[in-house]
Amino acid sequence: MTTWIDIGALDDIPNRGARVVKTALGCVAIFRTGEDQVFALQDRCPHKGGPLSEGIVHGASVTCPLHNWVFSLETGLAQGPDEGSVPTYPTRIEQGRILLDAAQLANRSAA
Amino acid sequence: MNRKKLVVIGAGMASGRALEHLFAAEPHGWDVTLFNAEPRGNYNRIMLSPVLSGEKAFPEIVTHDDAWYEEHGVTCRFGEKVTKIDRAEKTVSGEEGEPVAYDKLLVATGSNPFIIPLPGHDLDGVIAYRDLEDTNAMIDAAAAPGSKAVVIGGGLLGLEAAAGLKLRGMDVTVVHLMGHLMERQLDEAAGYLLRKALLDRGIKVMCSANSKQIIGVDGKVKALMLEDGTELPCDILVMAVGIRPNTGLAAEAGLATGRGIHVDDHMLTSDPDVLAVGECVEHNGAVFGLVAPLYDQAKVVAQTLIGETAHFVPKEVSTKLKVTGCDLFSAGDFEAGEDREDIVFRDPGRGVYKRLILKDNRIIGAVMYGDTADSSWFFGLMKDEQDISEMRETLIFGPAYQGGEPLDPMAAVAALPADAEICGCNGVSKGDIVAAIEGGALDLAAVRAKTKASGSCGTCTGLVEQVLGVTLGDDFVIPAAQSICGCTEHSHEDVRRLIKSQELKSQAAVWQELGWKSKDGCHVCRPAINYYLLADWPLEYRDDPQSRFINERKHANIQKDGTFSVVPRMFGGMTTSDELRAIADAADKYNVPTIHVTGGQRIDLLGVKGEDLPAIWADLNRAGMVSGHAYSKGLRTVKTCVGKEHCRFGTQDSSGLGIKLEQKLWGAWSPHKFKLAVSGCPRNCAEATCKDLGVVCVDSGYQIGVGGAAGMDLRETDALAQVPTEAEAIDVTVAFYQLYRENAKYLDRPYKWIAKVGLDWVKKRVIDDLENRKALIERFELSQTIYQKDPWAEHASERADAYQPLASLNLQAAE
Ligand code: SRM
Ligand SMILES: Cc1cc2nc3c(=O)[nH]c(=O)nc-3n(C[C@H](O)[C@H](O)[C@H](O)COP(=O)(O)OP(=O)(O)OC[C@H]3O[C@@H](n4cnc5c(N)ncnc54)[C@H](O)[C@@H]3O)c2cc1C
Ligand code: SF4
Ligand code: FES
Repeated sequence: MTTWIDIGALDDIPNRGARVVKTALGCVAIFRTGEDQVFALQDRCPHKGGPLSEGIVHGASVTCPLHNWVFSLETGLAQGPDEGSVPTYPTRIEQGRILLDAAQLANRSAA
Repeated sequence: MNRKKLVVIGAGMASGRALEHLFAAEPHGWDVTLFNAEPRGNYNRIMLSPVLSGEKAFPEIVTHDDAWYEEHGVTCRFGEKVTKIDRAEKTVSGEEGEPVAYDKLLVATGSNPFIIPLPGHDLDGVIAYRDLEDTNAMIDAAAAPGSKAVVIGGGLLGLEAAAGLKLRGMDVTVVHLMGHLMERQLDEAAGYLLRKALLDRGIKVMCSANSKQIIGVDGKVKALMLEDGTELPCDILVMAVGIRPNTGLAAEAGLATGRGIHVDDHMLTSDPDVLAVGECVEHNGAVFGLVAPLYDQAKVVAQTLIGETAHFVPKEVSTKLKVTGCDLFSAGDFEAGEDREDIVFRDPGRGVYKRLILKDNRIIGAVMYGDTADSSWFFGLMKDEQDISEMRETLIFGPAYQGGEPLDPMAAVAALPADAEICGCNGVSKGDIVAAIEGGALDLAAVRAKTKASGSCGTCTGLVEQVLGVTLGDDFVIPAAQSICGCTEHSHEDVRRLIKSQELKSQAAVWQELGWKSKDGCHVCRPAINYYLLADWPLEYRDDPQSRFINERKHANIQKDGTFSVVPRMFGGMTTSDELRAIADAADKYNVPTIHVTGGQRIDLLGVKGEDLPAIWADLNRAGMVSGHAYSKGLRTVKTCVGKEHCRFGTQDSSGLGIKLEQKLWGAWSPHKFKLAVSGCPRNCAEATCKDLGVVCVDSGYQIGVGGAAGMDLRETDALAQVPTEAEAIDVTVAFYQLYRENAKYLDRPYKWIAKVGLDWVKKRVIDDLENRKALIERFELSQTIYQKDPWAEHASERADAYQPLASLNLQAAE
């Protein structure tokens, strides 16, 4: 089941930037790419917990601000020689609003 | 046979085509009355642009003439607007004359240009771009010598208007709200090339420009004023910002409408005797703005009228711009995204950019600029959803390369004839270069010295090296200069040089002109390019926070746990009891866990939460403190000792000079951090001899040393000069800093840069050549007019929201 919830406007996030959504289970980073695609990933680097939302967004990737690991925003997988992955969550854009699938987010606790 | 009565409202492109299909199917079945608000019949509206530019005359674009209407028995009521549809009576009333009865009614009212309700939008001289009247008004305005036009809207229509007016000799400025032109059809790279082409033909283009007000005199337009206060004088103002389906009449008649008049797949409205076609309709939530789908609708309308079953199925549409010399093409969906891949081809020399967007081995979008010869082939593959995995390698080169061998660049150079031009700037042919090589020029530098090839803009460097390779065979190894990162072959030095020589003023320009391999760079090149651009073009380029490392984006140092440290500036390492109190209060108020006295003579508040940054800054600002830029590749600290005011050995006012230097330099960005110190005598308590620039005061003046280091490398400064006055010490410091800012590679501290260019090279420019020193200082001061501002104050007052979470979710709701 999916439960789409409106978390804000696309324009609240800078192009090639990110903002976080706070949840009881930690922050989720919402990224906006240069092409206005939106992705949601857990805001925690698997390396040493760096806040990915503070990284540099390029193409459909983000570079962790602490030690420069690069992650695909599409799959959450670390790129290049590094290994690791970040959970990703479904998002949608409708009429300039960003929707996040709350059901999937809530499932984290069970997982 | 009894002819059926058809009334058509609107003689536009869609109804014209519908009538053709209808008469072809039932030549004698219909008695048609055609109303048109414009005082003329059907014409090819899209060709108004060539009429405007003077490339065509109006009679050439008329599609249906009097003879045609007569032949098909069409009663023409041109110049007469329909004012009412009476569905109960099944009649239509025009402005004059009796109501006309219908069996079937076709509404084809097109759309209305959207006029932004800016103050002054109703002034004389504010023109939309939709019909012949608008076109003629523009042509008339252009006839006055020296007249000026402003076009609001950098989409298809606005640019065609701008190009036409320019061809008619007007001075034209395009004002566009978004960051790049035609943003709905083009990505940034193609938008950049288009803008460049328009600039080349003398059209001014302002992007990210918000219009505020239209200023008039005596009821006539005089200028457009932008949000930032800029005034653009103009004699006409063309508004081309979009269209709205013309639904008023249909809505009044009670037909179902949304954004457009609702129609089903058969083009029937909510009333089975009323059909609609063209830009006035809404089908499955979509509205239309290009003719291709309208022509499909026209076919369906005709079928429905004659009682056949037909379905309108929207197809992919593509866009071209009808401006001679601006070849662009756009189709499909060009957003990057999940399971999508890009194939990008750039040819900086020819100004060509092509990008295909693939999904599941099929083309789903295409954007091209400069060379659109293959666009119809790509568009065909896209519409047919053809699997392209077989030809993927060479797909982007178009149909000519399919099935052939991949090209070896060396073979291509070897095959060039002797008179082929290699260096366009200096007109050097392959033959000239080969002759130079045979005459003993065995490397790039020698060839450059002898022929000037690659000496100007440098883009042909690779080609010259290939000629060397082909001519010398194994004796020549093409040197691999260290490139910035995987996105480019170019080294930092090349990019810096090319940014200046080719006047590249945006990141999109650098990516395109220098052939970047990625779409928008990466975390390695973006910060470097952003710095080079802001250093070289302080007025034209706008700093891009998204190309900065987090510390510089949020103006605080990120900590290992994701919190931040905050270091207020203390000019020359001096502080006051009030400042200390404010720092202490802030530490209490924001629960700062750690306070450290830094090695740079300041106080560091560590462990501040990201969300609290704007608030703590606002508090520190109130006490008169600004950002210490402890996070920046820029000016850091100026350490000082107490100097002659207090110290028994002091020779000059070292802390005073330190404060002056810091006040002059703070806020500036540089390739790496820049630290200074001023000591009052050679005892050197401020450790000035291990700084990027250090001043040691002596009785006779000021000894200035540069290129010290005390971090990963330990290095004593080298003497740059000794100067007699404080004023000159400041001048030399500023000039040295600017020379470093303009020339060093990103992330080279001054000592590394000096090792590359030589201290003598620096001395010549900063010490010996006084003219040059002055010019350096002037350029620094110009840059400071933009960059010497407290980012804390700016962010606290204008961007505080961005530091807060986008949302806080209570997930219970979802369960
Ligand atoms: C705060 C401070 C230590 C302290 O508590 O005293 C400090 C802290 C950091 N230094 Fe430093 N350096 C501090 C003085 C120094 C000094 C001494 C000085 O400036 O007089 C040096 C040696 C002098 C020099 O720069 O040559 C110094 C050489 C470095 C280096 C090595 C630079 C090099 O080119 O070799 C780095 C790494 C870098 O910049 O790449 C560094 C990087 C850092 C960073 C920014 C590491 C990072 O990227 O996160 C630390 C940030 C801490 C934080 O979160 O606030 N820090 N660092 C000092 C701040 C001075 C200030 O008031 O702004
Ligand atoms: C300058 C310009 C360049 C363009 N270039 C291109 C291009 O390159 N490619 C492309 O695909 N498209 C282009 N277009 C868009 C294209 O022209 C339109 O999509 C097309 O004309 C729409 O056809 P239509 O029949 O729906 O409406 P229109 O052609 O606008 O016809 C509607 C007609 O209905 C009349 N009307 C409205 N209300 C009433 C009423 N109450 N009573 C009587 N008559 C009424 C209007 O006067 C008008 O003549 C361009 C448009 C313009 C203005
Ligand atoms: S620099 Fe010289 S004068 Fe100044 S404090 Fe140090 S020793 Fe004293
Ligand atoms: S914490 Fe992300 S790279 Fe180390």
